[in-house]
Amino acid sequence: MKTVLKTFAAALLIGVAALGGVAKADQVKIGVAAEPYPPFTSPDASGKWVGWEIDFIDAVCAEEKLDCVITPVAWDGIIPALTTKKIDLIVSSMSITAEREKTIDFSDKYYNTPTAIIGPKDQKFGATPDDLKGKVIGVQVSTVHAVYAKKHFTGAQEIKEYQTQDEANNDLAAGRLDAVQADSIALGEFLKTDQGKACCDLKGMVAPDDEVLGPGVGAGVRKEDTALKEKINAGIKAIRSNGKYDEISKKYFDFDIYGGAPQSN
Amino acid sequence: MAPGWGGTLLVGLLHSLEIAIGATFLGLLIGTAGAFGKLYGGPVTRDLLAVYTTVVRAVPELVLILLLYYAGTDLINQVLAAMGYSRVDISGLAAGIFVLGFVQGAYSTEVIRGAILAIPQGQIEAARAYGMPPGLMLRRITIPAMLPFAIPGLANLWLIATKDTALLAVVGFFELTLATRQAAGVTKAYLIFYLAAGVLYLAVTLFSNVIISRVEAWSRRGMPSVKEAR
Amino acid sequence: MSEATAINVAARASLWLQPHRIVLILIALALVFCAVFFLRWDWLPQYWQMGLMGIWRALWILAVTCALGFALAVPLGLAQAGGPFWFAVPAKVFCTIIRGTPLLLQLWLLYYGLGSIFPQYPWIRESWMWPYLRQAWPYAVVALTFSFAGYEGEVMRGAFAGVPKGQLEAARAFGMSRWKIFRRIWLPQAFYRALPTLTGETVLQLKSTPLVATISVIDIFAVSSKVRQDTYLTYEPLLLLALIYMTITGILVLIFSRIEARIPVKIG
Repeated sequence: MKTVLKTFAAALLIGVAALGGVAKADQVKIGVAAEPYPPFTSPDASGKWVGWEIDFIDAVCAEEKLDCVITPVAWDGIIPALTTKKIDLIVSSMSITAEREKTIDFSDKYYNTPTAIIGPKDQKFGATPDDLKGKVIGVQVSTVHAVYAKKHFTGAQEIKEYQTQDEANNDLAAGRLDAVQADSIALGEFLKTDQGKACCDLKGMVAPDDEVLGPGVGAGVRKEDTALKEKINAGIKAIRSNGKYDEISKKYFDFDIYGGAPQSN
Repeated sequence: MAPGWGGTLLVGLLHSLEIAIGATFLGLLIGTAGAFGKLYGGPVTRDLLAVYTTVVRAVPELVLILLLYYAGTDLINQVLAAMGYSRVDISGLAAGIFVLGFVQGAYSTEVIRGAILAIPQGQIEAARAYGMPPGLMLRRITIPAMLPFAIPGLANLWLIATKDTALLAVVGFFELTLATRQAAGVTKAYLIFYLAAGVLYLAVTLFSNVIISRVEAWSRRGMPSVKEAR
Repeated sequence: MSEATAINVAARASLWLQPHRIVLILIALALVFCAVFFLRWDWLPQYWQMGLMGIWRALWILAVTCALGFALAVPLGLAQAGGPFWFAVPAKVFCTIIRGTPLLLQLWLLYYGLGSIFPQYPWIRESWMWPYLRQAWPYAVVALTFSFAGYEGEVMRGAFAGVPKGQLEAARAFGMSRWKIFRRIWLPQAFYRALPTLTGETVLQLKSTPLVATISVIDIFAVSSKVRQDTYLTYEPLLLLALIYMTITGILVLIFSRIEARIPVKIG
């Protein structure tokens, strides 16, 4: 019985392994959150991933001659997915923070935009802790915005955390939230949609807090993967200097999203 | 409605079906081995299998999926490395099949064990008396005789498998529910897409029911008809 | 009496505690000790209160949805077993739809689908229901109640149909009214028949409760996700979570077996 079980187990493992296929050593799996996050990463109707961040990483990979494949994973498990080698690089608008750097490493920042608050059109308020007192605020789970809201908007009635940014936006439109805090560009994109136009408008940018919001967005790599990190950094530097970065950005934005001075947040 | 998203949903459905079929087969393999282990295995095998079926049936599928999705694939690679094979890259599809198959295996074990126990003992004794080797007995007697008892339970497991694939949306695997969520998120037409996905799932269930009743009738051929299973 | 039970217990224990089991238990204990000492548990003091709240919320949702779901399952089963077709067909359709689609999808359909329709009507926004419709838990309760009702309704159909015709005919011969027959004969007998399945259905329902975390209800599953996201630990919170669910399942099974032992089963 034992030997039967053993061969059976081996057969099972090999079966699973065959399904998986032997690892291609040179392929870099780019992890993006499996959710629409326009204009950075979002699936189109054919299931292809499009957006500024996709174009950006494609350019970096082309520059460094890396064989990159986009691999969507759940946002709330994206760091474990990296550490258990399901993906090799996180390119999903992840802000560089000290807290995350305890677990993973980051490339140099590749964009940095302010953090905004949006809310229903028929209510007038700003983006200060006083304005948000007694309000229900929606944020995406395990983002810098969730940390920021909990630290600064202590007077809020409730801070609700959502698995995806899209769900928070939808609940704001559905009247279940009084405000949503997130990246200003992603929120701007939402306000451009029919749903966003109908319900909500921009309330303002939150006060800077470098400790929480960090210096910008970087690509996440495993701590031991220094070679990949160096390559990505070199790639970012190269496309910044050869104009490719600006060329891609112009397709999506009419301003510079790289963010110059540190105070811009 | 944004055109083209229907195709995305169908691709999602295809992935769901792939996983459900794979998981059901893997579950059947584990279940058959598990049932024989539980019935004819040694005391240690029996106890370990009891732990396996009890734990899997007591913990929510969602928790098991998360646990196995992160830990299980890690473990396979470590075991493969220990057995001298090279590390493999486990695709989302394989991981999904493995995770759901592991869960299905626990339920299949119980279904198949019950079905084997339901075979009139005399049939097996007669086969033994004829001096049939175990392999032949399994093929000629045990499996054909247990099928009518096992099929209703296994059919139910297939239906559960098709629905459990939706849980893989939570770990970011692209199947029908996640495809729906993405389509709904991009187009903002939540109600319509969720309804459409519901219709697709329902169609799979209803179509399966038709096939299942045919298979059931086939497996019961030559047996007295039973009106109500309960 | 007490002596006899003591001997009985001792005999059962010695039967159960065979040498190989002792070895297995020791291995299991060793694994638990490894888990306790080699994995990180320093986050526990910070989250245990939240965890208790989460467990309480999961149990509360479980109790409410099982009770409401069963209350709904009785008419669903009755309509299918003996109702006129304009009752039987909708009940059948309801059960088929609930059982034929994933609960996760039903939950999202209600919360994100219907939820995005409601605010478009000002009279809903101004009604007394709005403060409830704004929150997530009513959607969770409705979805889980429907799910329980759908599965248990099918069981109740079989249970109602399985009550021997003679019982009902005898009741009619006694001149009982239809309502009295239902209340005194049909329902109790069907209930006893369905009782053994209730344990399984309740455990299945417990295993469905973590899905509510996906619509921002903070149950114990959501708390464990939060720990995972805050600490970047994967295994520890999930292992503890699995242990919690196993404990709750064990307690549920124990309670139900007590109840079943108490109710005299006299099925004709």
